[in-house]
Amino acid sequence: MAESGFPLLSVILWVPLAGAALVLLTRGRSAAAAVAMLAALVSLLAAVAMVAEFDPGVEGYQFLEERDWIAALDISYRLGVDGISVLMVLLTAILTPIVVATSWLSINRRVREYMAAMLLLETGLLGVFMALDLVLFYVFWELVLIPMYLLIGVWGGPNRIYATIKFFIFTFIGSVLMLLAILVIAFDAGSFNVILLPEIGVSSHLQTAVFGAFFLTFAIKAPMFPFHTWLPDAHVEAPTGGSVILAGVLLKMGGYGFLRYVLPLTPEAVDEFRVAVMALSVVAIINGALVAMMQRDLKKLVAYSSVSHMGFVTLGIFSQEQIGIDGAIVQMFSHGLVTGALFLCVGIVYDRTHTRLFADLGGFAKRMPVYALLLGFFSLASLGLPMMSGFVGEFMVLLAAFGWSYVAGVLSLLGVVLAAAYMLWMYKRVVFGELRSAAFARIPDANRVEVMALLPLVALVMWVGISPGTFVNLLDTATAAIATYR
Amino acid sequence: MIEHPWLIPLAPLLAFAINGLLGPRYLKKATGVIGSAGILAAFLLTVWLWAEGEYGEATLFEWLASGSLAINIGFLVDELTVVMLLVVTGVSFLVHVYSIGYMAHDGSFARFFAWLPLFVFSMVMLVMANNFLSLFVFWELVGVCSYLLIGFWHDRESANNAAMKAFLVNRVGDFGFAIAIFMIFWNFRTLEYGAVFAQVGQADPETVLVIALLLFVGAMGKSAQFPLHIWLPDAMEGPTPVSALIHAATMVTAGVYMVARMAPIFEVHTTALLVVGGVGAFTALFAATIAVVQTDIKRVLAYSTVSQLGLMFLALGAGVYTAAIFHLATHAFFKALLFLGSGSVIHAMHDEQEMTRYGGLRRKLKWTYGTFLVGGLALSAIFPLAGFWSKDEILAGAFMRGASLDGDGLFIVFWALGLAASLLTAFYTFRMVIMTFHGDPRDAELHERAHESPAVMVAPLALLAVLAMGAGAVLGFPPEHGLIHDFLHHAPGILHFELTGNQTIIAISLAVISTAVALLGALGAYMIYSRGAPRAESIGQFVPGMHSLLYRKYHIDEIVNYGIVATTKVLGFILWAIDAKIVDGIANLIGWTVRALGGAARQVQTGQVQNYVFLMALGAVVSVGALMIFR
Repeated sequence: MAESGFPLLSVILWVPLAGAALVLLTRGRSAAAAVAMLAALVSLLAAVAMVAEFDPGVEGYQFLEERDWIAALDISYRLGVDGISVLMVLLTAILTPIVVATSWLSINRRVREYMAAMLLLETGLLGVFMALDLVLFYVFWELVLIPMYLLIGVWGGPNRIYATIKFFIFTFIGSVLMLLAILVIAFDAGSFNVILLPEIGVSSHLQTAVFGAFFLTFAIKAPMFPFHTWLPDAHVEAPTGGSVILAGVLLKMGGYGFLRYVLPLTPEAVDEFRVAVMALSVVAIINGALVAMMQRDLKKLVAYSSVSHMGFVTLGIFSQEQIGIDGAIVQMFSHGLVTGALFLCVGIVYDRTHTRLFADLGGFAKRMPVYALLLGFFSLASLGLPMMSGFVGEFMVLLAAFGWSYVAGVLSLLGVVLAAAYMLWMYKRVVFGELRSAAFARIPDANRVEVMALLPLVALVMWVGISPGTFVNLLDTATAAIATYR
Repeated sequence: MIEHPWLIPLAPLLAFAINGLLGPRYLKKATGVIGSAGILAAFLLTVWLWAEGEYGEATLFEWLASGSLAINIGFLVDELTVVMLLVVTGVSFLVHVYSIGYMAHDGSFARFFAWLPLFVFSMVMLVMANNFLSLFVFWELVGVCSYLLIGFWHDRESANNAAMKAFLVNRVGDFGFAIAIFMIFWNFRTLEYGAVFAQVGQADPETVLVIALLLFVGAMGKSAQFPLHIWLPDAMEGPTPVSALIHAATMVTAGVYMVARMAPIFEVHTTALLVVGGVGAFTALFAATIAVVQTDIKRVLAYSTVSQLGLMFLALGAGVYTAAIFHLATHAFFKALLFLGSGSVIHAMHDEQEMTRYGGLRRKLKWTYGTFLVGGLALSAIFPLAGFWSKDEILAGAFMRGASLDGDGLFIVFWALGLAASLLTAFYTFRMVIMTFHGDPRDAELHERAHESPAVMVAPLALLAVLAMGAGAVLGFPPEHGLIHDFLHHAPGILHFELTGNQTIIAISLAVISTAVALLGALGAYMIYSRGAPRAESIGQFVPGMHSLLYRKYHIDEIVNYGIVATTKVLGFILWAIDAKIVDGIANLIGWTVRALGGAARQVQTGQVQNYVFLMALGAVVSVGALMIFR
């Protein structure tokens, strides 16, 4: 694969960081938001150019960039993307400007720092999806944690200290384990090069250990049952923008890790533990759905629904069928759009009412018709209505699951039935009925910025739903390769 | 036309897009005309398609290709499709026109005329699908449209609950449907109808049976068959035109259509047909008994619909597919007529739906009364109205199936159930007609203010009355050799029931029996509700608790509520407790242990991210150092 002349990936990757630095020099919230928006949009524009230039037929990575970094250890600054990374990069680049726009309205203090943290977060996330060197990957992986940790800890809710410590400990355990796994791989295979590693492979006797360490790291991140309990706490305390990126992109680092590292590097261990992972995925789907149904806090409901929906991701990945892997990636992309949008919708209500408890909500359909329509749209998308993005991924994953085991398929399908129950119930409790407080009688509908932030997501959800082929075609070559590691 | 079948669904889709985007703000009342025009266009295009008579398949675009899976969005147009399209778009058009009048004073007029064409679009696509995925996609979209329309008056708690119930019960049905689709894929490696039908003959019959039964679970949900019927009566919370459109004429027929379309799958194993026929016959009688005691006019009609759909499934099970589709068509006409007629009554009575407060309306609502009576006669299957021809064929078909050598004797029982349902049908229909239009007004004040509906509502009633009168004889005479029989004869997968000499005599006798039974039912209603001898209350006393049991619909709703909904909630609560206390507890325990051991996060607080950065840097230095040393 020839290196392209123009460092497109570096532009996408570093523009947000440069933007973060510039933001810190501004004065006033609007200036900070404007600079942040500009940086995020430039990055998005470059990402769109990347998608346009991407050749889905070519095997391997594209837009490769390679420079020596720590030459003594053969650690390189090596970037490149395949179809999987392309979609993840696109998702990150789409969600960031949306979050910048809505945060401009809802964040009241330390706006500069907030915007800078958000852009730093974007660079970290993009780096995770682009890095083709294990050490570089690790650095970006860690880089993501700092701004996320700050977003919750500084701009979070009343119980933010507990949530941040929990988030920290969970992810810290993951990081330590991953570092160990990387070191083991480096000693065993003698390379940090992600392009070459699958061919070299990890020695059989080390595979279980490497798999275990990687698995825990990614399972915590995804999050998989029973490593998911940090997520509801983090979401409840995180500011809206933090939640959107957390659910929308951060969780996908887990799924991406499984695809990029676990399946290709430790195929023997995957084979050994596959049944257990599939079983955990099914448990996650059903448990997440049932627990979501019982929530009294709107945001917690969406958080638990994420656990359920991400169960489909791991189910699809470990089915090791190409349909299932494609489905898992489509599900990741779709979940990023839909759950990101749902958290924005939660934020819109919270900004106006300062409550998220169902007991206090209700009756907004009359006062906020546009909002009701948007929330309804994304609720339907989340419960997997056909012609919307959520259906596609779940359908493909379920198809693969049925191919593996009817029992797993039928049980996972129950999650889809339950999703309809908890989403419609949620919608009813928020939007229909009577207003619960006289204070809400003059509540304003979604404003122009909020609507403009959500409309691109509406369009994308429909696009994926109506013509998923457009997106799956990007993936085909990459997933066909991954499906062969077994 | 066959090159461009997508034009038919495009018309209602455009109407939806225009009304949805511009309706509330700019078009307002014009949305009614635009919506109706879209549906009329679809109807006319269907007539064109029919007139050309060229059928086939067409692919629109590739939806998805991944691994061994490739799914296109395409169209299948054959005779069955055309009949369904004519019924769906034709009845829908009349309902749209009627709605212009019925919804005239509603604040959300434009929203109504956005959802209504979207529903028709989904239904049209469902009927035209040429593979299982397309079918399922639009099957679900029809479901969500019904959710939107049943819950249309969303400030009513009951409407919201009914809408949710409809969607969730349908999802339960779709659960079975979806499993069937996945099984079909893994057994036949394709989801195209034609390719699947070509293979079912060679497949393991037991597997095909399971697939057929699971498909039928989906059909039971959409077509409200016991025990998945519970959503349909509640769905009457929607505006009455919605009831007419979705819950009588079109949406609920999707299940019947599906089984007819999948005939090659159902016929592999006779058990599948037996189950379909049995569930249908049972539901037909079961729902009819409930309808007998209801006092809400729309509720009577709702249970009547469940009952009539049961008869259609009885026909499918007996293998007389043409009779099922024939009854689907005639039922669409007379049930839409009855629903719209009831809407006209409700309109006149200022939204009162209790028949106990009606009475004597025949003089005030002359047109409504006349057309309603025609619909009632057709529903009761009185010669020579539409219902007679189609229903008679169903009962005859069931009897023949039971009596024939290779048939199953159980179908004689099913025939008897169907016959009993016919008796009750005529009874509750005339009970309804008498309670509403005859006798003296029971609420003088309401009666005083009652008025006939405007022409835009009466005209569709009149047209439907003509269809309810004549469609049966025009389409179905002579029996087994009418227009519809000859037309559907060519459709792939549709079997034709041939009558031989002796059977003709049996068929005529059966027709006489069922007519006599219907007249008996009507007479009973007349005696009780018009003459008052015997009185309804005194009959109720014969079997204590009977009336209550029927009125409360055999307590099925309560059973579902306590048996399934409450159980699910308890389970959810337990799992939540486990999740929050045990799973999270263990996680926290491990976390705190690590923290205590490492002391790493002791001072993690707002703003004090230095600790973390320091730790990270330390980690990096240590690992790089380790690498340098050990390599």
